[in-house]
Amino acid sequence: MAERVHKQTPASERRSDAEAPTVTEPVTETGEKLKAELDELLDEIDEVLETNAEDFVKSYIQKGGE
Amino acid sequence: MAIPKVVGIETEYGILVKGGESNPVLASSVLINAYVAATSPRIGWDFDDERPGSDARGFTLDGGPDVEMHLVNSVLTNGARYYVDHAHPEISTPECRGIREAVVYDRAAEEIVRRSMEYSRSLLADDVELLLYKNNSDGKGNSYGCHENYLIDRAVPFGRLVADITPHFVTRQVFTGAGKVGSEEPGTSIGDVPFQISQRADFFEEEVGLETTLKRPIVNTRDEPHCDPTKYRRLHVIVGDANMSEVATYLKLGTTAIVLAMIEDETFPGDLALANPVPAIRIVSHDPSLTRTIGLRDGRRMTALEVQWSLLEAARRHQKSRGFAAVEDADDVLDRWEVVLAGLASDRAKVADVVDWVAKERVVRAYADRHSIDGYDVRLKALDLQYHDMRPEKCIASRLGLRTITDADEVRAAMTEPPGTTRAYFRGRLLAKWPESVVAANWDSVVLDVGRDPLRRVPMMEPLRGTRELVGSLIDASESIVELVTRLGAAPEM
Repeated sequence: MAERVHKQTPASERRSDAEAPTVTEPVTETGEKLKAELDELLDEIDEVLETNAEDFVKSYIQKGGE
Repeated sequence: MAIPKVVGIETEYGILVKGGESNPVLASSVLINAYVAATSPRIGWDFDDERPGSDARGFTLDGGPDVEMHLVNSVLTNGARYYVDHAHPEISTPECRGIREAVVYDRAAEEIVRRSMEYSRSLLADDVELLLYKNNSDGKGNSYGCHENYLIDRAVPFGRLVADITPHFVTRQVFTGAGKVGSEEPGTSIGDVPFQISQRADFFEEEVGLETTLKRPIVNTRDEPHCDPTKYRRLHVIVGDANMSEVATYLKLGTTAIVLAMIEDETFPGDLALANPVPAIRIVSHDPSLTRTIGLRDGRRMTALEVQWSLLEAARRHQKSRGFAAVEDADDVLDRWEVVLAGLASDRAKVADVVDWVAKERVVRAYADRHSIDGYDVRLKALDLQYHDMRPEKCIASRLGLRTITDADEVRAAMTEPPGTTRAYFRGRLLAKWPESVVAANWDSVVLDVGRDPLRRVPMMEPLRGTRELVGSLIDASESIVELVTRLGAAPEM
Protein backbone atom coordinates (compact mmCIF):
# COMPACT_ATOMS: atom_id res chain seq x y z
CA MET A 1 0.00 0.00 0.00
CA ALA A 2 1.35 3.34 -0.99
CA GLU A 3 -0.66 5.14 1.64
CA ARG A 4 1.41 4.97 4.79
CA VAL A 5 0.12 5.62 8.20
CA HIS A 6 1.47 8.51 10.22
CA LYS A 7 1.28 7.43 13.77
CA GLN A 8 -0.49 10.30 15.49
CA THR A 9 1.88 12.89 14.12
CA PRO A 10 0.22 16.27 13.81
CA ALA A 11 0.03 17.11 10.14
CA SER A 12 1.19 20.64 11.01
CA GLU A 13 4.61 19.20 11.78
CA ARG A 14 4.72 17.52 8.41
CA ARG A 15 3.56 20.42 6.33
CA SER A 16 6.21 22.85 5.29
CA ASP A 17 4.11 25.08 3.07
CA ALA A 18 1.76 26.54 5.58
CA GLU A 19 1.81 28.13 8.95
CA ALA A 20 0.59 26.10 11.83
CA PRO A 21 -3.04 26.85 12.58
CA THR A 22 -3.50 29.45 15.25
CA VAL A 23 -6.91 28.45 16.47
CA THR A 24 -5.87 27.48 19.97
CA GLU A 25 -4.06 29.75 22.33
CA PRO A 26 -1.05 28.49 24.21
CA VAL A 27 -1.78 27.06 27.60
CA THR A 28 -0.18 29.52 29.99
CA GLU A 29 -1.85 28.69 33.26
CA THR A 30 0.22 27.01 35.86
CA GLY A 31 -0.85 23.71 37.35
CA GLU A 32 -1.68 25.53 40.61
CA LYS A 33 -4.07 27.90 38.94
CA LEU A 34 -5.75 25.08 37.06
CA LYS A 35 -6.22 23.16 40.27
CA ALA A 36 -7.75 26.17 42.00
CA GLU A 37 -10.13 26.64 39.10
CA LEU A 38 -11.04 22.99 39.14
CA ASP A 39 -11.72 23.16 42.89
CA GLU A 40 -13.96 26.13 42.36
CA LEU A 41 -15.75 24.34 39.54
CA LEU A 42 -16.27 21.24 41.69
CA ASP A 43 -17.69 23.39 44.49
CA GLU A 44 -20.15 24.79 41.98
CA ILE A 45 -21.01 21.35 40.64
CA ASP A 46 -21.69 20.09 44.15
CA GLU A 47 -24.28 22.85 44.39
CA VAL A 48 -25.75 22.38 40.93
CA LEU A 49 -26.02 18.61 40.89
CA GLU A 50 -29.53 17.31 41.55
CA THR A 51 -29.80 16.79 45.30
CA ASN A 52 -31.20 13.30 44.95
CA ALA A 53 -29.04 11.85 42.19
CA GLU A 54 -30.52 8.39 42.69
CA ASP A 55 -34.11 9.55 42.08
CA PHE A 56 -33.08 11.82 39.23
CA VAL A 57 -31.22 9.12 37.35
CA LYS A 58 -33.99 6.61 38.02
CA SER A 59 -36.65 9.02 36.74
CA TYR A 60 -34.71 9.87 33.61
CA ILE A 61 -36.52 7.48 31.27
CA GLN A 62 -37.07 8.39 27.64
CA LYS A 63 -38.93 6.72 24.84
CA GLY A 64 -36.81 5.91 21.84
CA GLY A 65 -37.15 8.49 19.12
CA GLU A 66 -36.25 9.30 15.52
CA MET B 1 -17.91 18.66 -9.42
CA ALA B 2 -18.91 18.80 -5.79
CA ILE B 3 -22.14 20.75 -5.43
CA PRO B 4 -22.61 23.47 -2.80
CA LYS B 5 -23.17 21.91 0.57
CA VAL B 6 -26.47 22.96 2.09
CA VAL B 7 -26.69 21.60 5.62
CA GLY B 8 -29.06 21.39 8.56
CA ILE B 9 -29.46 19.67 11.91
CA GLU B 10 -32.51 18.01 13.47
CA THR B 11 -32.32 17.51 17.23
CA GLU B 12 -34.66 15.51 19.42
CA TYR B 13 -34.42 16.65 23.02
CA GLY B 14 -34.88 14.43 26.04
CA ILE B 15 -37.85 15.62 28.12
CA LEU B 16 -38.85 15.11 31.77
CA VAL B 17 -41.97 16.28 33.57
CA LYS B 18 -40.79 17.36 37.00
CA GLY B 19 -43.53 17.13 39.59
CA GLY B 20 -46.16 15.88 37.16
CA GLU B 21 -47.41 12.86 35.28
CA SER B 22 -44.91 11.52 32.81
CA ASN B 23 -46.55 11.89 29.43
CA PRO B 24 -43.76 12.90 27.07
CA VAL B 25 -45.98 13.30 24.01
CA LEU B 26 -48.32 15.67 25.82
CA ALA B 27 -45.42 17.42 27.53
CA SER B 28 -43.68 17.98 24.19
CA SER B 29 -46.90 19.38 22.72
CA VAL B 30 -47.34 21.76 25.64
CA LEU B 31 -43.74 22.90 25.30
CA ILE B 32 -44.02 23.70 21.60
CA ASN B 33 -47.51 25.17 21.81
CA ALA B 34 -46.31 27.46 24.59
CA TYR B 35 -43.54 28.80 22.37
CA VAL B 36 -45.65 29.13 19.24
CA ALA B 37 -48.51 30.81 21.09
CA ALA B 38 -46.14 33.30 22.66
CA THR B 39 -44.15 34.17 19.56
CA SER B 40 -45.96 33.66 16.29
CA PRO B 41 -49.16 32.73 14.57
CA ARG B 42 -49.26 29.01 14.01
CA ILE B 43 -48.51 27.79 10.54
CA GLY B 44 -49.12 24.13 9.87
CA TRP B 45 -46.68 21.79 8.25
CA ASP B 46 -47.60 20.44 4.83
CA PHE B 47 -47.06 16.67 4.70
CA ASP B 48 -47.46 16.25 0.96
CA ASP B 49 -43.75 15.75 0.47
CA GLU B 50 -43.06 13.34 3.34
CA ARG B 51 -41.89 9.93 2.16
CA PRO B 52 -39.75 8.50 4.97
CA GLY B 53 -40.29 4.97 3.65
CA SER B 54 -38.55 5.71 0.39
CA ASP B 55 -35.16 4.06 0.20
CA ALA B 56 -32.09 5.44 -1.60
CA ARG B 57 -31.30 1.93 -2.81
CA GLY B 58 -34.35 2.10 -5.03
CA PHE B 59 -37.29 0.47 -3.30
CA THR B 60 -40.05 1.45 -0.92
CA LEU B 61 -40.42 -0.34 2.37
CA ASP B 62 -43.84 -1.43 3.58
CA GLY B 63 -44.30 -0.38 7.16
CA GLY B 64 -41.61 2.26 6.87
CA PRO B 65 -41.50 4.95 9.50
CA ASP B 66 -44.86 6.64 10.05
CA VAL B 67 -45.33 10.34 9.74
CA GLU B 68 -47.33 11.44 12.74
CA MET B 69 -49.77 13.94 11.33
CA HIS B 70 -51.77 14.48 14.49
CA LEU B 71 -48.93 15.88 16.56
CA VAL B 72 -47.91 19.50 16.97
CA ASN B 73 -46.00 20.75 13.99
CA SER B 74 -44.99 24.32 13.33
CA VAL B 75 -42.85 26.35 11.04
CA LEU B 76 -40.98 29.26 12.60
CA THR B 77 -40.12 32.60 11.05
CA ASN B 78 -36.44 31.64 11.05
CA GLY B 79 -37.33 28.86 8.60
CA ALA B 80 -37.01 26.07 11.18
CA ARG B 81 -39.52 23.32 11.89
CA TYR B 82 -40.50 22.75 15.55
CA TYR B 83 -42.54 19.65 16.21
CA VAL B 84 -43.30 16.58 18.27
CA ASP B 85 -41.56 13.50 16.92
CA HIS B 86 -42.51 10.24 18.64
CA ALA B 87 -42.19 11.25 22.29
CA HIS B 88 -39.74 14.12 21.96
CA PRO B 89 -39.76 17.77 21.01
CA GLU B 90 -37.63 18.19 17.91
CA ILE B 91 -36.26 21.19 16.09
CA SER B 92 -34.92 21.09 12.55
CA THR B 93 -32.78 24.08 11.75
CA PRO B 94 -33.43 25.91 8.50
CA GLU B 95 -31.26 24.95 5.56
CA CYS B 96 -27.91 26.72 5.81
CA ARG B 97 -25.23 27.35 3.23
CA GLY B 98 -22.54 28.08 5.81
CA ILE B 99 -21.16 25.61 8.32
CA ARG B 100 -20.77 28.25 11.03
CA GLU B 101 -24.18 29.59 10.05
CA ALA B 102 -25.66 26.15 10.82
CA VAL B 103 -24.00 26.27 14.25
CA VAL B 104 -25.66 29.64 14.87
CA TYR B 105 -29.05 28.09 14.03
CA ASP B 106 -28.38 25.06 16.23
CA ARG B 107 -27.59 27.47 19.07
CA ALA B 108 -30.74 29.43 18.26
CA ALA B 109 -32.68 26.15 18.52
CA GLU B 110 -31.26 25.67 22.02
CA GLU B 111 -32.43 29.15 22.98
CA ILE B 112 -35.87 28.45 21.50
CA VAL B 113 -36.07 25.35 23.70
CA ARG B 114 -35.01 27.37 26.75
CA ARG B 115 -37.60 30.02 25.96
CA SER B 116 -40.22 27.27 25.50
CA MET B 117 -39.44 25.92 28.97
CA GLU B 118 -40.06 29.39 30.42
CA TYR B 119 -43.27 29.98 28.47
CA SER B 120 -44.62 26.55 29.38
CA ARG B 121 -44.57 27.38 33.09
CA SER B 122 -47.65 29.57 32.72
CA LEU B 123 -49.54 26.59 31.28
CA LEU B 124 -48.58 24.20 34.05
CA ALA B 125 -49.34 23.86 37.75
CA ASP B 126 -46.95 25.78 40.00
CA ASP B 127 -44.98 22.74 41.06
CA VAL B 128 -44.72 21.23 37.58
CA GLU B 129 -41.81 21.98 35.28
CA LEU B 130 -40.65 20.66 31.91
CA LEU B 131 -36.97 19.80 31.82
CA LEU B 132 -35.14 19.43 28.51
CA TYR B 133 -31.85 17.70 27.76
CA LYS B 134 -29.76 17.96 24.61
CA ASN B 135 -28.42 14.42 24.68
CA ASN B 136 -29.15 11.12 22.92
CA SER B 137 -29.68 8.43 25.50
CA ASP B 138 -31.37 7.86 28.85
CA GLY B 139 -28.71 5.43 30.01
CA LYS B 140 -31.31 2.66 30.02
CA GLY B 141 -31.14 1.54 26.43
CA ASN B 142 -33.34 4.20 24.84
CA SER B 143 -31.89 6.54 22.27
CA TYR B 144 -33.14 9.54 20.33
CA GLY B 145 -31.37 11.30 17.57
CA CYS B 146 -29.50 14.32 16.39
CA HIS B 147 -29.55 14.04 12.62
CA GLU B 148 -27.53 15.99 10.09
CA ASN B 149 -28.52 16.66 6.49
CA TYR B 150 -26.26 17.38 3.55
CA LEU B 151 -27.15 18.21 -0.03
CA ILE B 152 -25.24 16.00 -2.43
CA ASP B 153 -25.09 15.31 -6.12
CA ARG B 154 -27.57 12.65 -7.23
CA ALA B 155 -25.05 11.43 -9.78
CA VAL B 156 -22.76 9.94 -7.14
CA PRO B 157 -23.49 6.21 -7.06
CA PHE B 158 -25.08 5.46 -3.70
CA GLY B 159 -22.97 2.35 -3.14
CA ARG B 160 -19.74 4.33 -3.47
CA LEU B 161 -21.11 6.99 -1.16
CA VAL B 162 -21.86 4.38 1.52
CA ALA B 163 -18.45 2.73 1.20
CA ASP B 164 -16.53 6.01 1.32
CA ILE B 165 -18.40 7.85 4.06
CA THR B 166 -18.43 4.92 6.50
CA PRO B 167 -14.82 5.25 7.76
CA HIS B 168 -15.54 8.89 8.64
CA PHE B 169 -18.78 8.02 10.41
CA VAL B 170 -17.05 5.34 12.48
CA THR B 171 -14.05 7.47 13.50
CA ARG B 172 -15.17 11.12 13.58
CA GLN B 173 -16.61 10.46 17.06
CA VAL B 174 -13.13 11.06 18.49
CA PHE B 175 -14.01 14.75 18.24
CA THR B 176 -17.82 14.70 17.80
CA GLY B 177 -18.61 12.29 20.66
CA ALA B 178 -20.57 13.81 23.54
CA GLY B 179 -19.35 11.22 26.06
CA LYS B 180 -21.33 8.81 28.21
CA VAL B 181 -20.94 7.23 31.63
CA GLY B 182 -21.41 3.48 31.15
CA SER B 183 -22.58 1.34 28.27
CA GLU B 184 -25.94 0.36 26.83
CA GLU B 185 -24.63 -2.38 24.60
CA PRO B 186 -26.41 -5.58 25.60
CA GLY B 187 -24.04 -7.79 27.54
CA THR B 188 -21.64 -4.99 28.41
CA SER B 189 -21.54 -3.71 31.97
CA ILE B 190 -20.40 -0.45 33.47
CA GLY B 191 -17.42 -2.32 34.83
CA ASP B 192 -16.35 -3.09 31.26
CA VAL B 193 -17.03 0.44 30.00
CA PRO B 194 -16.99 3.04 32.80
CA PHE B 195 -16.92 5.89 30.29
CA GLN B 196 -17.21 6.00 26.52
CA ILE B 197 -16.74 8.55 23.77
CA SER B 198 -20.15 8.52 22.11
CA GLN B 199 -23.76 8.65 23.26
CA ARG B 200 -24.94 6.76 20.20
CA ALA B 201 -22.40 4.07 19.29
CA ASP B 202 -24.11 1.41 21.43
CA PHE B 203 -27.23 1.63 19.28
CA PHE B 204 -25.89 0.86 15.80
CA GLU B 205 -26.52 -2.62 14.47
CA GLU B 206 -26.30 -2.38 10.68
CA GLU B 207 -23.92 -0.89 8.14
CA VAL B 208 -26.62 0.53 5.91
CA GLY B 209 -30.41 0.67 5.98
CA LEU B 210 -33.64 2.62 6.14
CA GLU B 211 -34.50 2.30 9.82
CA THR B 212 -33.87 5.01 12.37
CA THR B 213 -35.54 3.55 15.47
CA LEU B 214 -34.65 -0.15 15.35
CA LYS B 215 -31.57 -1.86 13.99
CA ARG B 216 -30.07 1.55 13.38
CA PRO B 217 -27.67 1.70 10.44
CA ILE B 218 -24.40 3.67 10.28
CA VAL B 219 -25.49 4.99 6.88
CA ASN B 220 -29.17 5.79 6.66
CA THR B 221 -30.79 5.33 3.28
CA ARG B 222 -33.87 7.50 3.70
CA ASP B 223 -34.38 8.95 0.25
CA GLU B 224 -36.40 12.09 0.74
CA PRO B 225 -34.50 14.84 -1.05
CA HIS B 226 -37.00 17.61 -0.21
CA CYS B 227 -35.80 19.22 -3.43
CA ASP B 228 -35.36 18.29 -7.09
CA PRO B 229 -34.90 14.49 -6.91
CA THR B 230 -33.38 14.26 -10.36
CA LYS B 231 -30.44 16.45 -9.34
CA TYR B 232 -29.99 16.05 -5.63
CA ARG B 233 -29.81 13.68 -2.77
CA ARG B 234 -30.20 14.66 0.87
CA LEU B 235 -27.85 12.52 2.92
CA HIS B 236 -29.66 11.95 6.20
CA VAL B 237 -27.05 11.20 8.84
CA ILE B 238 -28.24 9.53 12.04
CA VAL B 239 -24.95 8.35 13.50
CA GLY B 240 -23.97 11.54 15.34
CA ASP B 241 -24.33 12.80 18.90
CA ALA B 242 -25.96 16.10 19.83
CA ASN B 243 -23.17 18.42 20.88
CA MET B 244 -23.07 21.04 23.60
CA SER B 245 -19.75 22.34 22.24
CA GLU B 246 -20.21 24.75 19.35
CA VAL B 247 -16.85 23.82 17.86
CA ALA B 248 -17.78 20.14 17.99
CA THR B 249 -20.99 20.84 16.06
CA TYR B 250 -18.97 22.93 13.62
CA LEU B 251 -16.40 20.16 13.11
CA LYS B 252 -19.07 17.49 12.83
CA LEU B 253 -20.79 19.35 10.00
CA GLY B 254 -17.68 20.79 8.41
CA THR B 255 -15.54 17.67 8.22
CA THR B 256 -18.48 15.63 6.95
CA ALA B 257 -19.27 18.21 4.26
CA ILE B 258 -15.61 18.16 3.23
CA VAL B 259 -15.47 14.36 3.04
CA LEU B 260 -18.69 14.38 0.98
CA ALA B 261 -17.21 16.93 -1.41
CA MET B 262 -14.17 14.68 -1.84
CA ILE B 263 -16.46 11.74 -2.57
CA GLU B 264 -18.29 13.80 -5.20
CA ASP B 265 -15.01 14.89 -6.76
CA GLU B 266 -13.54 11.38 -6.51
CA THR B 267 -10.53 12.56 -4.52
CA PHE B 268 -11.45 10.39 -1.56
CA PRO B 269 -8.65 8.00 -0.53
CA GLY B 270 -9.97 4.65 -1.65
CA ASP B 271 -8.10 2.44 0.78
CA LEU B 272 -9.84 3.25 4.07
CA ALA B 273 -12.72 0.77 3.83
CA LEU B 274 -13.30 -0.90 7.17
CA ALA B 275 -13.57 -4.67 7.53
CA ASN B 276 -16.36 -4.59 10.15
CA PRO B 277 -17.82 -1.12 10.68
CA VAL B 278 -20.50 -2.10 13.22
CA PRO B 279 -18.18 -3.61 15.83
CA ALA B 280 -15.63 -0.92 14.96
CA ILE B 281 -17.91 1.96 15.92
CA ARG B 282 -18.22 0.47 19.41
CA ILE B 283 -14.54 -0.40 19.70
CA VAL B 284 -13.74 3.26 19.04
CA SER B 285 -16.41 4.57 21.39
CA HIS B 286 -15.48 2.24 24.24
CA ASP B 287 -11.84 3.28 24.18
CA PRO B 288 -11.22 6.80 25.51
CA SER B 289 -7.48 6.02 25.46
CA LEU B 290 -7.79 6.16 21.65
CA THR B 291 -5.24 3.36 21.27
CA ARG B 292 -7.28 0.39 20.08
CA THR B 293 -7.12 -0.41 16.40
CA ILE B 294 -9.85 -1.37 13.95
CA GLY B 295 -9.40 -3.62 10.95
CA LEU B 296 -9.38 -2.35 7.39
CA ARG B 297 -10.59 -4.42 4.50
CA ASP B 298 -7.06 -4.50 3.06
CA GLY B 299 -5.79 -6.19 6.21
CA ARG B 300 -4.16 -3.22 7.94
CA ARG B 301 -5.17 -2.09 11.40
CA MET B 302 -5.46 1.58 12.33
CA THR B 303 -6.57 3.62 15.30
CA ALA B 304 -9.52 5.95 14.81
CA LEU B 305 -7.10 8.88 14.98
CA GLU B 306 -4.99 7.38 12.20
CA VAL B 307 -8.06 7.03 9.99
CA GLN B 308 -8.87 10.67 10.73
CA TRP B 309 -5.31 11.78 9.90
CA SER B 310 -5.58 9.96 6.56
CA LEU B 311 -8.85 11.74 5.80
CA LEU B 312 -7.40 15.10 6.79
CA GLU B 313 -4.31 14.53 4.63
CA ALA B 314 -6.49 13.70 1.64
CA ALA B 315 -8.55 16.81 2.32
CA ARG B 316 -5.38 18.94 2.50
CA ARG B 317 -4.29 17.57 -0.87
CA HIS B 318 -7.72 18.36 -2.29
CA GLN B 319 -7.60 21.85 -0.77
CA LYS B 320 -4.22 22.50 -2.34
CA SER B 321 -5.05 21.16 -5.77
CA ARG B 322 -8.57 22.48 -6.27
CA GLY B 323 -9.94 24.04 -3.11
CA PHE B 324 -13.29 23.42 -1.46
CA ALA B 325 -15.59 25.95 -3.09
CA ALA B 326 -18.53 23.66 -2.31
CA VAL B 327 -18.05 23.94 1.45
CA GLU B 328 -18.27 27.34 3.07
CA ASP B 329 -15.77 27.82 5.90
CA ALA B 330 -13.74 24.84 4.59
CA ASP B 331 -10.29 26.37 5.17
CA ASP B 332 -11.12 27.19 8.78
CA VAL B 333 -12.70 23.77 9.30
CA LEU B 334 -9.53 22.10 8.02
CA ASP B 335 -7.34 24.12 10.41
CA ARG B 336 -9.52 23.31 13.39
CA TRP B 337 -9.76 19.66 12.34
CA GLU B 338 -5.98 19.49 12.40
CA VAL B 339 -5.75 21.20 15.78
CA VAL B 340 -8.26 18.87 17.36
CA LEU B 341 -6.56 15.72 16.04
CA ALA B 342 -3.16 17.01 17.19
CA GLY B 343 -4.59 17.75 20.64
CA LEU B 344 -6.23 14.35 20.95
CA ALA B 345 -2.96 12.72 19.91
CA SER B 346 -0.79 14.61 22.39
CA ASP B 347 -2.20 16.50 25.36
CA ARG B 348 -5.88 15.74 25.79
CA ALA B 349 -6.37 18.75 28.07
CA LYS B 350 -5.73 21.03 25.09
CA VAL B 351 -9.02 20.03 23.49
CA ALA B 352 -11.15 19.92 26.65
CA ASP B 353 -12.58 23.27 25.54
CA VAL B 354 -13.87 21.90 22.22
CA VAL B 355 -14.47 18.15 22.52
CA ASP B 356 -17.54 17.30 24.59
CA TRP B 357 -16.48 13.84 25.69
CA VAL B 358 -13.09 15.10 26.86
CA ALA B 359 -14.71 17.94 28.82
CA LYS B 360 -17.22 15.52 30.34
CA GLU B 361 -14.65 12.86 31.15
CA ARG B 362 -12.46 15.39 32.94
CA VAL B 363 -15.24 16.65 35.16
CA VAL B 364 -16.53 13.14 35.88
CA ARG B 365 -13.04 12.08 36.86
CA ALA B 366 -12.41 15.15 39.02
CA TYR B 367 -15.76 14.72 40.73
CA ALA B 368 -15.03 11.05 41.44
CA ASP B 369 -11.63 12.00 42.89
CA ARG B 370 -13.06 14.65 45.17
CA HIS B 371 -15.74 12.34 46.53
CA SER B 372 -13.49 9.27 46.66
CA ILE B 373 -15.73 7.40 44.26
CA ASP B 374 -14.11 4.21 43.09
CA GLY B 375 -15.91 2.64 40.14
CA TYR B 376 -19.53 3.50 39.42
CA ASP B 377 -21.70 5.79 41.51
CA VAL B 378 -25.11 7.11 40.51
CA ARG B 379 -23.84 10.67 41.00
CA LEU B 380 -21.56 10.18 38.02
CA LYS B 381 -24.54 9.30 35.83
CA ALA B 382 -26.40 12.34 37.19
CA LEU B 383 -23.42 14.45 36.20
CA ASP B 384 -23.45 12.90 32.73
CA LEU B 385 -27.16 13.69 32.24
CA GLN B 386 -26.85 17.19 33.66
CA TYR B 387 -24.01 18.00 31.28
CA HIS B 388 -26.83 18.35 28.72
CA ASP B 389 -29.41 20.10 30.93
CA MET B 390 -31.06 23.01 29.10
CA ARG B 391 -31.68 24.94 32.34
CA PRO B 392 -28.85 27.45 32.58
CA GLU B 393 -28.75 27.05 36.36
CA LYS B 394 -28.38 23.28 36.08
CA CYS B 395 -26.28 22.81 32.95
CA ILE B 396 -22.81 21.40 33.57
CA ALA B 397 -21.46 21.91 30.04
CA SER B 398 -21.88 25.68 30.24
CA ARG B 399 -19.64 25.77 33.31
CA LEU B 400 -16.65 24.07 31.71
CA GLY B 401 -15.31 26.91 29.59
CA LEU B 402 -16.25 25.46 26.19
CA ARG B 403 -15.01 27.68 23.39
CA THR B 404 -17.69 29.56 21.45
CA ILE B 405 -17.78 30.61 17.81
CA THR B 406 -21.11 32.44 17.84
CA ASP B 407 -22.14 35.60 19.63
CA ALA B 408 -25.29 36.22 21.62
CA ASP B 409 -26.67 38.88 19.24
CA GLU B 410 -26.51 36.71 16.14
CA VAL B 411 -28.00 33.75 18.01
CA ARG B 412 -30.86 35.95 19.25
CA ALA B 413 -31.48 37.21 15.71
CA ALA B 414 -31.41 33.64 14.37
CA MET B 415 -34.30 32.70 16.65
CA THR B 416 -36.65 34.74 14.47
CA GLU B 417 -34.81 35.60 11.23
CA PRO B 418 -33.99 33.06 8.52
CA PRO B 419 -30.57 32.61 6.94
CA GLY B 420 -30.27 34.71 3.79
CA THR B 421 -28.43 32.09 1.82
CA THR B 422 -31.05 29.42 1.12
CA ARG B 423 -34.75 28.99 0.34
CA ALA B 424 -35.33 29.12 4.11
CA TYR B 425 -35.18 32.88 3.59
CA PHE B 426 -38.31 32.85 1.40
CA ARG B 427 -40.17 30.56 3.80
CA GLY B 428 -39.24 32.54 6.88
CA ARG B 429 -39.84 35.99 5.43
CA LEU B 430 -43.29 35.02 4.11
CA LEU B 431 -44.25 33.66 7.52
CA ALA B 432 -43.08 36.83 9.21
CA LYS B 433 -44.67 39.27 6.77
CA TRP B 434 -47.93 37.55 5.76
CA PRO B 435 -48.66 34.95 8.44
CA GLU B 436 -52.38 34.98 7.68
CA SER B 437 -51.74 34.11 4.03
CA VAL B 438 -49.35 31.19 4.54
CA VAL B 439 -51.67 28.21 4.88
CA ALA B 440 -48.92 25.61 5.13
CA ALA B 441 -45.24 25.21 4.46
CA ASN B 442 -42.72 22.44 4.17
CA TRP B 443 -39.11 22.17 3.04
CA ASP B 444 -39.80 22.46 -0.68
CA SER B 445 -42.96 24.51 -0.97
CA VAL B 446 -45.27 27.00 0.65
CA VAL B 447 -49.04 27.04 0.21
CA LEU B 448 -50.54 30.52 0.02
CA ASP B 449 -54.07 31.82 0.37
CA VAL B 450 -54.23 34.68 -2.07
CA GLY B 451 -57.88 35.47 -1.37
CA ARG B 452 -60.02 34.99 -4.43
CA ASP B 453 -58.32 32.11 -6.30
CA PRO B 454 -57.70 28.55 -5.18
CA LEU B 455 -54.74 28.09 -2.83
CA ARG B 456 -51.43 28.61 -4.55
CA ARG B 457 -48.53 26.24 -3.95
CA VAL B 458 -45.16 27.84 -4.61
CA PRO B 459 -42.59 25.09 -5.17
CA MET B 460 -39.03 25.62 -3.92
CA MET B 461 -37.22 22.70 -5.47
CA GLU B 462 -33.86 24.49 -5.51
CA PRO B 463 -32.38 24.90 -2.02
CA LEU B 464 -30.19 27.79 -3.18
CA ARG B 465 -33.03 29.82 -4.65
CA GLY B 466 -35.43 31.96 -2.67
CA THR B 467 -32.43 33.64 -1.06
CA ARG B 468 -32.17 37.21 0.20
CA GLU B 469 -30.24 38.08 -2.92
CA LEU B 470 -32.87 36.65 -5.27
CA VAL B 471 -36.16 37.53 -3.54
CA GLY B 472 -35.30 39.95 -0.74
CA SER B 473 -36.21 43.11 -2.65
CA LEU B 474 -39.32 41.48 -4.15
CA ILE B 475 -40.62 40.67 -0.68
CA ASP B 476 -39.64 44.09 0.66
CA ALA B 477 -41.38 45.88 -2.20
CA SER B 478 -44.61 43.84 -2.13
CA GLU B 479 -47.40 45.23 -0.01
CA SER B 480 -49.61 42.17 -0.22
CA ILE B 481 -49.25 38.45 -0.85
CA VAL B 482 -51.16 38.90 -4.11
CA GLU B 483 -48.65 41.46 -5.25
CA LEU B 484 -45.79 39.17 -4.31
CA VAL B 485 -47.30 36.23 -6.21
CA THR B 486 -47.82 38.46 -9.25
CA ARG B 487 -44.25 39.72 -9.09
CA LEU B 488 -42.92 36.17 -8.65
CA GLY B 489 -44.92 35.07 -11.67
CA ALA B 490 -43.20 37.75 -13.70
CA ALA B 491 -39.73 36.94 -12.41
CA PRO B 492 -37.78 34.51 -14.59
CA GLU B 493 -36.41 32.63 -11.60
CA MET B 494 -36.98 33.00 -7.94
